[in-house]
Amino acid sequence: MSELFSKKNKDTFSIPLGKNNPITVQVLGICSALAVTAKLAPAIVMGLSVMVIVAFANVIISLMRDTIPTRIRIIVQLVVVATLVTIVSEVLKAFAYDVSVQLSVYVGLIITNCILMGRLEAFAMSNGPWESFWDGLGNGLGYAKILIIVAFVRELFGSGTLLGYNILNYECIKSTGYLNNGLMLMPPMALIIIACIVWYQRSRDKELQENS
Amino acid sequence: MEHLFSLFIRSIFVDNMIFAFFLGMCSYLAVSKNLKTAIGLGIAVTFVLVVTLPVNYILQTKVLDANGIFGIDLSFLSFILFIAVIAAITQLVEMAVEKFSPSLYNSLGIFLPLIAVNCAIMGASLFMQQRITKSPADPQAITSVTDSIVYALGSGVGWMFAIVGLAAIREKMAYSDVPAPLRGLGITFITVGLMAMAFMCFSGLKL
Repeated sequence: MSELFSKKNKDTFSIPLGKNNPITVQVLGICSALAVTAKLAPAIVMGLSVMVIVAFANVIISLMRDTIPTRIRIIVQLVVVATLVTIVSEVLKAFAYDVSVQLSVYVGLIITNCILMGRLEAFAMSNGPWESFWDGLGNGLGYAKILIIVAFVRELFGSGTLLGYNILNYECIKSTGYLNNGLMLMPPMALIIIACIVWYQRSRDKELQENS
Repeated sequence: MEHLFSLFIRSIFVDNMIFAFFLGMCSYLAVSKNLKTAIGLGIAVTFVLVVTLPVNYILQTKVLDANGIFGIDLSFLSFILFIAVIAAITQLVEMAVEKFSPSLYNSLGIFLPLIAVNCAIMGASLFMQQRITKSPADPQAITSVTDSIVYALGSGVGWMFAIVGLAAIREKMAYSDVPAPLRGLGITFITVGLMAMAFMCFSGLKL
């Protein structure tokens, strides 16, 4: 059992949370990160869905990795991912219908989320199932982390609520002249908030800076 | 005719794949360093969109729909079918380009097979699936194969505009003094954000 929770597996899990974050460092899976973050609730659901799908797709591909012919591996990976996404999408429709309506096409777009293809190609094709599971979980969590930070800022300052609960929309705050910033709810602000996260992370960690 | 024109213009400017829905962001950010490759990828994406969308439209209305040949609602299979069509057609396009135009094949390189996982293509198919049920009077409705081709062309051209614009800005930006932590990814995000704000002025456009 100790081998299963070795230092290496812990690193595989924890490095994608910060130093090798899928969004801010590997630049994967940006599309959905920007589009579903106007409210906190869909962002959390999206993060969880991606986490589950990456972890299981990693395990399945890692178990099959010796039998997949290299020429058609992309199609095999896509079919595995598409099956998992279909399952998650049907589960969401059954148990969280409101959120699945808000996420609209973006649940289906998890199939083409580059995090999945990136991790399957870079990790699951050359590592065992247990390591792949931790890698998938770590990358999914790193993705969810950024989504939740962006959605937190956008919902708090854009509509003055968090998870739908009122935070800033009280008379005593409004009377000081505070207004909700409608621009926060618009798509462009998501890009700029992610840029700020990247800026913060790279000024803390000089190794990540680009020279060009 | 009017409907087609409106659909075309709307899908380029109002429902722009990049600035309104952020689809195809990964390759958008990765390939926009150089104007020439950006144009090549833009053309390739447009081409694959124009070929796949009518096929997916026919699949959706004739096979997956409750009134299709099986008579049952199979729309839960749409993800797998759509992605299979996209992957297969990308493979065919790749082989055709390799056979008939080796020079274009070489200049596109790795980006051709990667189009299969470009979210803009899958996204366009899924948006089309939503729009089929709209009434024909709605400017966004896609109710025929021609509509789907026009929508694909518009989305592709819009995506190409966006990537060519960003590539041009990034080529110029190579000469400017950007703060070190923002270099590369950070400043690109901010540029795309500002471009998206500029494109927001089209959002009230009515044709």
